[in-house]
Amino acid sequence: MRKLIWGVLAAAACLSTASFITTPVSAQGNEKVFKLGIVTFTSGPGAESFGTPGWNAANRLVQALNAGGQLPPPYDKIGFGGLKVEVSVIDESGGTTKQVQELRNAFDRDKFDAIIGYISSSNCLAAAPVAEEMKKLLILFDCGTPRIFEDRNYQYVFRNSSHATMDNVAIVRYLQKRKIKLETAAGINPDYAYGRDNWKDFIQSLQKVNPTTKTGSELWPKLGAGQYGTEISALLQTNPSIIHTSLWGGDLQAFILQAAPRGLFKGRQVAIMAGDHVLHPLGKRMPEGVIIGARGVGGPFAVKSALNDWLIANTQKNEPGVLPSQAHYRMTQSVLGLKSAVEKAMAANGNNKPTTEQIAAALRGLEWDTPSGKIKMALGNGHQAIQANAIGVTKWDGKLNRMIVTDVEVFAAECVNPPVGIKSEDWIAQGFPGAKCN
Amino acid sequence: MQLVTTILIDGLIDASWIFIVAVGLTLIFGVLNILNIAHGNFYAIGAYVAANAVGMYYSGSNPPMLGLLAMTGAALAAAIVLGPLLERGLLRFFYHRDEIVLVLVTYALFLILEDATKLIWGVNPYYAYEPYGLFGNINIGRMNYVGYDLFLVGLAVVIGIVLWLGLNRTKSGKVVLAVIHDREMSSAAGVNVTKIFIVAFTIGVFLAALGGAFTAPKISVQPGLAVMVVLLSFAVVVIGGLGSIEGAAIASLIVGLARALAIHLAPWAELFIVYLVMAVMLAVRPQGIFAPTALRKI
Repeated sequence: MRKLIWGVLAAAACLSTASFITTPVSAQGNEKVFKLGIVTFTSGPGAESFGTPGWNAANRLVQALNAGGQLPPPYDKIGFGGLKVEVSVIDESGGTTKQVQELRNAFDRDKFDAIIGYISSSNCLAAAPVAEEMKKLLILFDCGTPRIFEDRNYQYVFRNSSHATMDNVAIVRYLQKRKIKLETAAGINPDYAYGRDNWKDFIQSLQKVNPTTKTGSELWPKLGAGQYGTEISALLQTNPSIIHTSLWGGDLQAFILQAAPRGLFKGRQVAIMAGDHVLHPLGKRMPEGVIIGARGVGGPFAVKSALNDWLIANTQKNEPGVLPSQAHYRMTQSVLGLKSAVEKAMAANGNNKPTTEQIAAALRGLEWDTPSGKIKMALGNGHQAIQANAIGVTKWDGKLNRMIVTDVEVFAAECVNPPVGIKSEDWIAQGFPGAKCN
Repeated sequence: MQLVTTILIDGLIDASWIFIVAVGLTLIFGVLNILNIAHGNFYAIGAYVAANAVGMYYSGSNPPMLGLLAMTGAALAAAIVLGPLLERGLLRFFYHRDEIVLVLVTYALFLILEDATKLIWGVNPYYAYEPYGLFGNINIGRMNYVGYDLFLVGLAVVIGIVLWLGLNRTKSGKVVLAVIHDREMSSAAGVNVTKIFIVAFTIGVFLAALGGAFTAPKISVQPGLAVMVVLLSFAVVVIGGLGSIEGAAIASLIVGLARALAIHLAPWAELFIVYLVMAVMLAVRPQGIFAPTALRKI
């Protein structure tokens, strides 16, 4: 019996670190090739909504760049300034210890010139100091925690997309602008750093703009819980005027599938942070009238432009009927930012392949155009991007036969992101000083 | 009063789901003495095949209620294929080895099946939402419930009763109990232990797959389903006693009610409440509530 109990505990430990590895291709050591590694979930619950779309976006974009002339200017040059890009994927599953080792292997053994990666905030927090110590270029593309560049300075680590603070600040500004009832706020958020940070940012921002708002239920289901019946009962029981959630992927879909038939979306406002990725898979099962964002002006919020038209066409060529969502947009803007930096560095380096330091110097403080608008490396000494954010309300479009967003408000990057020199939580606590809203 | 009723009903619904999944794990342990880490994979496979079956069934003009039979049939088909294949093709080679080796073998199986599932169904989600609306909605007090969730309570009760009667009131069940109590003696008395092992393992796989199949209508079926389920099932079988059907039922109720109490009254405790109950049980009664340890030959 004792052996078996130890067996159970050992098995539980094994399960929590279960992982699957995709080995990157061998090193080329070629001055005409740029080796790019993409770290993202190709297995586990993060694969469907973020991991696979992110990898697909990177892979397709690189193929198009290598072919040359397929993207609108200024991205019509072959590869990165003529360098062919060789792209490989590394699975993000398996926990931070494994990811740190994978990152070391990627740079030391596989000789990647740069890594773009990480959906999990925990992995970002673990990987960033390692890349810095190794003096290798790491571009974070999806993780939301603002702490990366607020807690320390980096020379070799960048994030080419906004952090998650703006998701919550933008939602609160939306609620305020649309004069939505804010008597009591409840939250159902995943019980890890991302969910905790989201709820804290949301409730503090909300109470800053509307001090009379009371806090209702604060629910913390485990990541991957799948069963939300009791949480839904608790929310119905306390009947808040607004429900905030940062559930994502399969968890968010399961929550919606179980909550909608019980009427949770009727008679109270539900706001989903960066939830655009469930609109397409859920289709008509997604309730109408839900406030939703996409962390940026991407996905259903994307504005018509040559670049956005290309991204939509390129996605639909490979996945008919699929509209790119936030993972596609964030990966695309990350790769395009790196391409811009490499080409800028090459121009200053006699058109030769630049060093890591030269690329880092070029990317620091850079601005570039993307399918989701202009990206500015404005924070963290030029290492952390800011971008505008859009919020809207879900509505079924019978003609398009898909869920769309209406009543959209676009907030300028400087309106929903903290200015230079102040941490996100202090910025919220002080009432958003220096915010530049329209 | 409304809150008490809500906690009880939520706990009961949760418990029924946990029981359907965990009882197969405890049955396999009781008969084969295998702590099957891959149990969650059978749950996930059940969800996938049910999603496929529901998709096919509801694309035609068939009677909606019979979709439940399609889901059951899909789970049964998965069990009939996987059960004998894995028991005869893999596990039997390790029966003479230490129990820990078998745990590691099933852990390897977990990893293989996780990837195999992804290979077959990919990473995109599957939906089987049609059956979720079959029973409409039911108001209990001021709370609105989906009838399907209450149907699952009935299903769990039926499964529990059938298993208990099958084991305790039939000749075949008595033979299985004999194998549980003393494998060698049963074999010497002429019991075909190999056949009992195949059947018991297949029934265990079926119960896990059935749990997945009947959960599929309320979730998005996609990679990653297996881990959480097997961890919760372990907690249930440890609390109830490894190998005890009655223990699994009582433990499921305890876990379901503990979770419901935590979520309604102290949401911060939800993360650890199940494991707290398990830890207390290990401290005061390590063999679990109903474990038949006294009857097992050492």
